[in-house]
Amino acid sequence: MVSRRRGMSAAAGAPGDAGLLALADDVVRQAEAAGATEAEVLASADRSALTRFANSEIHQNVAESRVALNLRFVVGRRVAVTSTDRIDAEGIRHLVDSAAAIARVVEELEDWGGLPGAAPIAPVSGAAAAGTATASPEFRADGVRTVIAAADEAGVVAYGSFSTGTDTIAIATSCGIRAAEERTSAQLLTVMMGPDGGSGYAEANAVDATTIDAAAVGREAAAKARASANPVDVPPGDYPVVLEEYAVVDVLDMLGMLGFSALAVQEGRSFVEPGKRIGSERVSIWDDAGDPAGLPMGFDYEGVAKQRVQLVERGVCRDVVYDAQTAARDGRASTGHGLPAPNPWGPFPLSMHMAPGTASRDELIGGLERGLLVTRFHYTNPVHPRLAIITGMTRDGTFLVEDGRIVGPVRNLRYTQSYLDVLAATSAVGSERKLVRGLLGAAVVPAIRVDAFTFTGATQR
Amino acid sequence: MRELTDRAIETALRRGASYVDARVVSRREESINIKTGRIEGVASSESEGIGIRAIVDGAWGFASTNRLEPAAADETAAEAVRIARASATALRTPVVLDERPPARGTYRTPVEEDPFAVPLETKIADLLAADEAMRRVRGIAFTESLYAAQREEKTFADSAGSFTEQTITHVGAGLEANALEGNDHQRRSYPDNGGAWQAAGYEYIRGLDLAGHAEPIAEETIELLSAPQCPSGRFTVILHPSQLYMQIHESCGHPSELDRVFGTEASYAGTSFLTVDKLEAGFRYGSELIDIVADATAPGGLGTFGWDDEGVAAQAVPLVKEGIFVGYLSSRETAPRIGRRSGGAMRADGWNRIPLIRMTNINLLPRPGMSLEDIVADTDDGLYLMTNRSWSIDDRRLNFQFATELAYEVKGGRLGRLFKNPTYTGITHELWRSCDAVGDDRSYEMLGTPNCGKGEPGQTGHVGHAVSGARFRNVQVGVGKW
Repeated sequence: MVSRRRGMSAAAGAPGDAGLLALADDVVRQAEAAGATEAEVLASADRSALTRFANSEIHQNVAESRVALNLRFVVGRRVAVTSTDRIDAEGIRHLVDSAAAIARVVEELEDWGGLPGAAPIAPVSGAAAAGTATASPEFRADGVRTVIAAADEAGVVAYGSFSTGTDTIAIATSCGIRAAEERTSAQLLTVMMGPDGGSGYAEANAVDATTIDAAAVGREAAAKARASANPVDVPPGDYPVVLEEYAVVDVLDMLGMLGFSALAVQEGRSFVEPGKRIGSERVSIWDDAGDPAGLPMGFDYEGVAKQRVQLVERGVCRDVVYDAQTAARDGRASTGHGLPAPNPWGPFPLSMHMAPGTASRDELIGGLERGLLVTRFHYTNPVHPRLAIITGMTRDGTFLVEDGRIVGPVRNLRYTQSYLDVLAATSAVGSERKLVRGLLGAAVVPAIRVDAFTFTGATQR
Repeated sequence: MRELTDRAIETALRRGASYVDARVVSRREESINIKTGRIEGVASSESEGIGIRAIVDGAWGFASTNRLEPAAADETAAEAVRIARASATALRTPVVLDERPPARGTYRTPVEEDPFAVPLETKIADLLAADEAMRRVRGIAFTESLYAAQREEKTFADSAGSFTEQTITHVGAGLEANALEGNDHQRRSYPDNGGAWQAAGYEYIRGLDLAGHAEPIAEETIELLSAPQCPSGRFTVILHPSQLYMQIHESCGHPSELDRVFGTEASYAGTSFLTVDKLEAGFRYGSELIDIVADATAPGGLGTFGWDDEGVAAQAVPLVKEGIFVGYLSSRETAPRIGRRSGGAMRADGWNRIPLIRMTNINLLPRPGMSLEDIVADTDDGLYLMTNRSWSIDDRRLNFQFATELAYEVKGGRLGRLFKNPTYTGITHELWRSCDAVGDDRSYEMLGTPNCGKGEPGQTGHVGHAVSGARFRNVQVGVGKW
């Protein structure tokens, strides 16, 4: 079955989606000729660029063009994976021969469920935009200069990056899957720092780079950098908090990595049990790659159509995401969350959404008698994976709130906190949502108010 | 490859570049992942391409392609120049590189047994045997075993006449046993969380004796389920090399990167508390026992090479001497800003990434006198922490928190009870100043990580850390509640 999005003009030197699909088809045929009983080829053409700035000037500016092939070569129940970015005849022959050689010596997988079968893939609109595919270094530099101008005006210094990328994916298998799609994405982010210890952050993501408002990103970060100047110490301890969208994405991503994956459940290391309450009534989370509010994708890296999966509904666990192998073990169908082979980590939700609430930002903050407003987290890591206890630092704008009003900035704090308890203690959810990049793809998230959050340390000047 | 690098350099110069370098990198990787006896993945990959860096009007541009053809070299060089011109539209300080003679020569990682020549069947059998040995222990829920090898053939040339060729080989392997009970999830790894890695051949993997260590770590995992929670409070702490190397990585290696100091990583990983004024003032980073060196010549290290990715020869750069902060990891662009020459720490993650200042081998030098066992025997009351499990540090590299897989009580110079879920936290220089014992060369070993993240777009670095273990006083242990 073929799913084709309308392609943009191919980047210089890189095949478009039709050419890429033909390449994948050809490698499948060569694999079958070499003895594969099943074969899957993931062909990708990546054309990406990133303009980076620091100290209010561009200091790094890079571009990459790459075509790569990933081959899953199966003989009976023996599975081998090879990859290459040598796409000439010799490179492809070596790719196939290496896979055949590996497949001859590996042991059989007793529970091999086979490659997924062909099934219809519903069209996804808005996965790619010409404005990103054709973005030039001059376009990115223009956006960067706009951000720097906002920093200059506020008397702070700008750091950050503006990236644009086109990723064309084609998947062909011996089981009849033929899918191709062009995806584009752009991100502009900035950290701004002032002379008195102030620091602010802002980020914008879009399929179409031309829709990113660089001036707005600059203004948001500059305002926060100014507001967070001369931070004072507050003692670690338990505080109610408002977590802004840039912090909430980390909560979802960590829970996605630790628990919302079928492999985590099958291995007994997930906190997820269907019907178990893990959050307050205000918390609903799902994965939906078809929603144009995120970065849309029509299918996963096994060529399976992306499905909407309800992960948490009004605080109660509903389901997890599957790829072909975890689905076969549970006797159900993949939800379209497979990653490129080989994949010992299992499926992940890459397009999470959290339901908005009704509170404005002022109402979220207004509900804190004495608490903290947190812009974002830094360098987070699980301390106790099963309980989703995470440690990390606050960064780029942490503020003390008293009687519902921001009193002033505070120095960054370390927390050691169960993210499950964050969901359970969520007492209000913002009405606005942002598309924010995180550990796992990009998520559409609101700000939230959490009644208790444990800070376990503070940093120094 | 010379024809290709020459062509790229000529094209960029002709289009107005004042400096150009070109790297052709061919990377081969092989990996085996086993989960609970099931071969999850045997994978082999090849990647090759050219990355071209150019300075135009004092600004940097970089472009890369996997097409190794003359026409692609021309196009990519032209793109690097165009990008550099765009950079120049938002430039305040033109780039100045330190002057140095052209680099020429070849380097090859010493390898006794080529890991790619060892039959795949042998490597799979070695790993399966170890995985099976872990699973023989009753109560083990799941196991993970991994092996990987990487070889890079790298050609570097620049417009000043440098031309070097290097072949660098890295191998790694490790085991992990996991046990579950209720909400408790305990894990033990050997030799290290994520495996142990060196610049070496398969002889290093054989020397690890994975099968011989599999059952003991699995038994320890089961023991941890019923072990008491590690106590909270301020303790004397002895850090085994399997944790101490991560402490060095996060709290010395990263803050010593001069690009972080100058803010060029601020938007991602952050900056550094080790500002230039601290170098000038002779900042006391640690106790007098602390000698830390960035040594790109150390045998077996993941940060060992002939030349860095700017053509600067490998060297040993002191970072901390008798506790005083004395130097940085640096590049040709950053070193002149503090009146020094590049320390040769520019490394790129493949052909499609620019070189950044990265750790080489950040080594805490051993101190003659006491072995690690002697340090335990010399400790009346404390905790002995082993094998990193979790790590986090703030954006200026001051406030850190680590978790380890286990801790042993130390009483009267002997190891006592086993504790689970140990964590400790502190401020970088306060911890290093509290160090009152560093192990001698009997426990000095080269460790490291192949997963050091930095930069935008992201790069993964292979960095080494040689350590022997050390003791610290008055450390806050036991953070968080569960």
